[in-house]
Amino acid sequence: MIDNIKNYVTSLFLWELLKGLRLTGKYLFKRKITVQYPEEKTPQSHRFRGLHALRRYPNGEERCIACKLCEAVCPAVAITIESEARADGSRRTTKYDIDLTKCIFCGFCEESCPVDSIVETRIFEYHGEKRGDLLMTKQRLLEIGDLVEKQLAEDRTKDALYR
Amino acid sequence: MLEIVYQFISQNVLLPITTILLPVDYQAQALTVLQTVIKIFSILVPVLITVAYFTYAERKVIGFIQGRIGPNRVGFFGFSLWGLGQPIADAVKLLVKEIIVPTGSNRSLFIMAPILSLAPSLAAWAVIPFDDTKVLANINAGLLYVLALTSLAVYGVIIAGWASNSKYAFLGAMRSAAQIVAYEIAMGFALVGVLVAAGSLNLGDIVNSQVGSVFHWFWIPLFPLFIIYFISGLAETNRAPFDVAEGESEIVAGFHVEYGGMAFSVFFMAEYANMILISVLSAIMFCGGWLSPFQGVPIFEELFNWVPPMFWLLAKTSFFMFLFLWFRATFPRYRYDQIMRLGWKVFIPITIVWLVVVSALVVTNTSPWFN
Repeated sequence: MIDNIKNYVTSLFLWELLKGLRLTGKYLFKRKITVQYPEEKTPQSHRFRGLHALRRYPNGEERCIACKLCEAVCPAVAITIESEARADGSRRTTKYDIDLTKCIFCGFCEESCPVDSIVETRIFEYHGEKRGDLLMTKQRLLEIGDLVEKQLAEDRTKDALYR
Repeated sequence: MLEIVYQFISQNVLLPITTILLPVDYQAQALTVLQTVIKIFSILVPVLITVAYFTYAERKVIGFIQGRIGPNRVGFFGFSLWGLGQPIADAVKLLVKEIIVPTGSNRSLFIMAPILSLAPSLAAWAVIPFDDTKVLANINAGLLYVLALTSLAVYGVIIAGWASNSKYAFLGAMRSAAQIVAYEIAMGFALVGVLVAAGSLNLGDIVNSQVGSVFHWFWIPLFPLFIIYFISGLAETNRAPFDVAEGESEIVAGFHVEYGGMAFSVFFMAEYANMILISVLSAIMFCGGWLSPFQGVPIFEELFNWVPPMFWLLAKTSFFMFLFLWFRATFPRYRYDQIMRLGWKVFIPITIVWLVVVSALVVTNTSPWFN
C-alpha cells in the first residue's frame, strides 16, 4: 500500500526521468573518445592480421617450400598453390594465389607455415578498383613482403617469446 | 538594428518600386503588401536557417552525450569549422536527389502531404511576438490560431501515410493520428490554463501579463500545465520518446518511408520547424517571452538593459530546443499503450484539476501573479 503510493508519487514527479537526464547531462561534458581516423589511429598489436605477404630469407631466396599446409588449413579455401621442382632440384611454387574476397583473415595460414613464409602484415588500408584487384598473385605477395620486411621481422621477434 | 534595415528597405527600395511601376490609386496598398512580404521573409528565412542548423545541433548534442563528437568535417573554403557546413551539404544532397513517386500511390496527395505538413508550422509564426512591437499579425485570437495550426500538421502525416499505399507508412500514420488526438486535448487544456491566467488570447498580451520578475512568469502558478504542455509538444511533434510514428526500429521510418529527396526533407523541415515553434510558444506562454529574467533584480536589471528584448526570447527558445535534443538522447521510446495511458489517464485529469486551481487563484486575485 505504502509502496504503491510511493511509486505513484515518484512516477508523477518524473523522478526517474530526471535521474536519467542528470546522467546524460553529465556525459555531455565528458571527454570525447572519438578517434579522428585518417589523422589519428588506434595502436595496433604486433599480431595484427591484415593484408598477406610472402617473405624471403635475407639472401633473397623465397621462404615458401610449397608444402601446401596453408592451402589445406585455409577454412575459406582462398589459397591456390601449384608447384614443381626447380632447376636445382628444390620444390618451389609456380603459383601462389590468395583470393582476398574469400579470405576471412583468420591467420591459420600464418600459423601453419613451417618456414614463416606466408604472413599477415599490418596493412589494412587497401582497396581494389577492378574485379581482379583483390586476387593476390605470388608476384604481388612477394612485393608486399619486400616492402614491409623490416616490420614483419620486428613483429616476429617480439612474438617469438610466446611461440 | 532590424528596424533601421527595415525602414531603409521600405524607403529606398519599396517606395520607388511602387511609385514608378504603379498608378497612384494602388500605390498605398502595394506598399503595404510589399512591406508585409519583407516582414514574412525576415521571419521565415531565419526560421529555415535555424531549422538547418538545428539538425546540426541535434547531431552534435546527441553525439556529445554519447561520448562522440558528431559531424566535424564539412566546412567552408577548406576550413572544417567544426562541421558547420554539414547542413548545407545535406540540403544540397537532398535537393539533387530524385523524388520517387511509388506506382501504387495517390499521386496528387503524395505530393501534397509534405507541403501540408510544412505550411502550418511556418504559418503559425505569423502571430509570434518577438518583442513588444515586432509581430507580423497582432491578432486577438493568436492562441487559438496557433492551436489550430499546430493541430493541422497531423493532416500532412495522415495523408502521407495514406497516399504512400504502403503498410508501414499507413501504420505510422495511424499511430501518429491516435497519438496526436490524445495529446491535443491535454495541450488544449494547458493552453486554456494560460488563457485563464492571462485573460487574453493575444500572445503579446499574454507576455505583458507576466511582467514583473522571474517569479511573475506563469511557470510557477501553471507549473503542471507547463510541464504537460512541453511533454505534449514532444508528442505532437512526434519526437523521442514519443516517436512511435517514425519508430525506425519497428516500422522502418513510419509515415515517410516512401519519400525521398526534397519531399522527405520537407517533412524533416516541418518536424524541426514544429519543434522550434513549440519551444517558442513555451517561452512565450510560460517563461515570459521577451521579458528579461533580471527584471526586478536591483543591479542586474540596469546591467542588462542594453540587451534587446528579442534576445531573451531567443535564449529561452534555444533552451527549450536543447531540451528536445536532451530528451531524445536520454529516453527510450514509450510503448504504445503507455503513450495512450499517459495522454488520457494522466495528463487530461491533471490539467482539468489544475484548471480549477488556476481559476481559484485568479478569482481570489492571488499575488504576485493575478492582481
